[in-house]
Amino acid sequence: MANSISQAVERVDNRAKASGQTRYLADIPREGVLHGRFFRSDRARARILDISLPPVPADCRVLSCGDVPGLNVVSFLVDDWPVFAGKMVEHVGEPILLVVGPDVEVLADVVAGITVAYEDLPPVLTIDDSRCTPQAGFDFTTGDPKAAFAAADRIISGEYKTGSQEHVYLEPQGMLAIPRQDGITLQGSMQCPFFVRRAVHRVLGLPLEKVQVVQTPTGGAFGGKEDYPSVLACQAAVAATVTGSPVLLVLERDEDIQVTCKRHPSRILVRTAHDSAGRPTAMDVDITLDGGAYTGLSPVVLQRAMFVAGGVYNIENIRCRGRVLATNTVVAGAFRGFGGPQGIFAVEMHMDQVARELGISPLEYKRTHLVRTGDQTATGGRYHSRVVIDQIADRLEKLSGFEEKFKTLGRRPGEPGVTDQEAPLRGIGQALVLHGAGFTGSAERDVIRSTVKLERDDAGRVTILVSNVEMGQGLQTTMRKIVARVLDLTLDEIDFPDPDTDRVPDSGPTVASRSIMIVGKLVERAAEDLKRRRDEPGTISAVQHYRQPSHIQWDNETLTGDAYPDYSWGGVAVQVAIDPLTGVVTTEKVWAVHDVGTPIDEMIVQGQVEGGILQGLGWASLEVLEFEEGRLRQGTLTDYTIPTAFDAPPIVSELMDNPSAVGPFGAKGAGEVTFVGVPAAFASAVGHALGVPVTELPIRPEHVLDLLEGLL
Amino acid sequence: MKFTLMLNGEQRDFDCEPTRRLLDLLRGDAGLTGVKEGCGQGECGACSILLGDRLVNSCMVAVGQVADRPITTIEGYSRTTRFAVLRDAFGKAGAVQCGFCTPGMIMACEALLRQNNRPRAPEIRLALAGNLCRCTGYNMIVDAVETAAREGKGLW
Ligand code: FES
Ligand code: FES
Repeated sequence: MANSISQAVERVDNRAKASGQTRYLADIPREGVLHGRFFRSDRARARILDISLPPVPADCRVLSCGDVPGLNVVSFLVDDWPVFAGKMVEHVGEPILLVVGPDVEVLADVVAGITVAYEDLPPVLTIDDSRCTPQAGFDFTTGDPKAAFAAADRIISGEYKTGSQEHVYLEPQGMLAIPRQDGITLQGSMQCPFFVRRAVHRVLGLPLEKVQVVQTPTGGAFGGKEDYPSVLACQAAVAATVTGSPVLLVLERDEDIQVTCKRHPSRILVRTAHDSAGRPTAMDVDITLDGGAYTGLSPVVLQRAMFVAGGVYNIENIRCRGRVLATNTVVAGAFRGFGGPQGIFAVEMHMDQVARELGISPLEYKRTHLVRTGDQTATGGRYHSRVVIDQIADRLEKLSGFEEKFKTLGRRPGEPGVTDQEAPLRGIGQALVLHGAGFTGSAERDVIRSTVKLERDDAGRVTILVSNVEMGQGLQTTMRKIVARVLDLTLDEIDFPDPDTDRVPDSGPTVASRSIMIVGKLVERAAEDLKRRRDEPGTISAVQHYRQPSHIQWDNETLTGDAYPDYSWGGVAVQVAIDPLTGVVTTEKVWAVHDVGTPIDEMIVQGQVEGGILQGLGWASLEVLEFEEGRLRQGTLTDYTIPTAFDAPPIVSELMDNPSAVGPFGAKGAGEVTFVGVPAAFASAVGHALGVPVTELPIRPEHVLDLLEGLL
Repeated sequence: MKFTLMLNGEQRDFDCEPTRRLLDLLRGDAGLTGVKEGCGQGECGACSILLGDRLVNSCMVAVGQVADRPITTIEGYSRTTRFAVLRDAFGKAGAVQCGFCTPGMIMACEALLRQNNRPRAPEIRLALAGNLCRCTGYNMIVDAVETAAREGKGLW
């Protein structure tokens, strides 16, 4: 890499984590805390008629919606998600009561003695049910798709579906609420301390500044600790306020799987218009996401799914409609990629289908129609920064030998029966992707309004004060590297305390691949400010506020303009081997090329690449989450399997050298782009191996066998 | 019931039910919170410890089952030279992200290296298959074990 900041260093948290000294929430010794156990609905949709309690020991307390001092609602975009169920339950696992007390075993007995009488109501369980009600809907048009479809030489349509996914961060969700004389303190595993503060302030009816939120070392999150910690914090805060004692809620793994937010299942229709040469002249995308019982962050997830309509291709005319439908299932929320993987899956599988119908290699077809610098985005903005997706595709082809393998591997439709019935079927697939870093449109300027602060003491030590958290992605190291580089310090001359809302300014949530690109840039500017003022004596501080680059234009009403400040890009190829007897798909190798701008640390980016790829392969194959009457069929880690060391394929990874003007030292977001294309590439490989298109995730052995059967 | 356990090289007395989960005794009574609880069901390996030379999930054994065998947790193991080699190899390979799986993962590495001081990659993968990591994708951990085996030549 051209920039020496990219050179890998040992992570600052390596030693404490390896030796077991890092104290996560459940590891912090404390006296006199109350624990909690929930009584949850076992009905998908019902009216609560009556609740009867067993005898409750004097040192225990049972809490319900009636104990909420302020609003019984967890603040997201819409006020529909109760802290505790009121008259209705809308999904299995919805909390009705929380029992708190000193002894966990006693709590379990109390919960076991509770009975609730319900009047069952007919639930809506899937988005195919016509009774579904929308949680959000959007529609945008770029160019004149109507005219393009009318003039088309050929129109190709397809339907694509994806399933749910559980994050399985290794540390289960947890929150501690400590009541204080004049307010409350929350400590917990989370991505967004200021989201939690706002939620608790409304639930307790306390002024914002009376609510203090402190992040504890966070054992993985992947989006799963963006939304749900607010729910848990509200519940713990109510219990702590009512009892006057600290209340610690740590979810058991099964409970965590069953009640926390999931990835949105999707059903996406894609239609493209083509001229006589096969060029895509218009794309019409119609997206339906399953939002689960409450709105949560679904409208924003939907927007991200919609804004990748058109993928990385130069398609002048785009129409995209989308909606999130409510179902009586666990709430869907943030998960690495945030709608992008669903949208990209549909677009990429569709481009494969188009190439198949035109009789050319999918990669070749895609490479002919890639966007270039200055081209129009799906939402009618511009790709202002240098776009190197063509070079990414070139490198991907060279590294993987895609075209050669596409010819030699794989079965072709109509091919005479394979002679060796037991030989594995091999195939290669690919996907080309983009991922907008930072919040959508002008939200960084109008909603998030990040502020960062650096302090330098008289001994020259610098403290980074931001609300963004270390959750495994390496922020403790990368933020320090940025400051160290500007001020010519060593990493151990810089402190970066875990965010405490009483101490740090609000630099926004740790989401959307924004921490380095947006917040890191502000930190870089603050460090430059300190550098200019290096001769000032004593303790000084430098504060920076977000400024939107002047060329970014966005209209939030029509959803047109520049949807993101900048984009990360990637290309991924996957080779699979399928056992024709069992239908089991083995990923033999993965090649990945990414443009994440200047990596602030090559090894940390490598970690995002490797981890993102395996999580993407998991979603595409192993990770099956199904609902039966609104109840998860795979409610434990025994049934819901995630990839192990045995499932990890060899990965060849390269990074492009393409510094961004937006991020610090040229860096862009790297946390999500590594995930988004993998499921599509995997499905494309399976389709190639079998000689039939695959349009649905996850791909299970029984599906593979069905597809094979259909071929014989 | 009273138990004397050989815990990280020291004799320690505990008074509890023989059915108490070893994990709870370690994390609670003994304050050894480097042993993590990721699932409580024997699926994730975050609670891995050594019982003698054997790697076990401490959430799956009862205190009454272990009283006669020495127990090593990450707290004890991290005082050894072997640990230092593994830790540095993890650091060099980028094998630690959120860190929640790491202590258990390191105990699994030690159990493997005790049996096989030059493991090949498939053997490493097999040995680590009971330890889930959701962050790293595992390859960097496999690299770390290979590095440790090389750099710690003679230690195992
Ligand atoms: S906590 Fe013991 S295996 Fe997961
Ligand atoms: S480093 Fe996070 S689970 Fe392994």
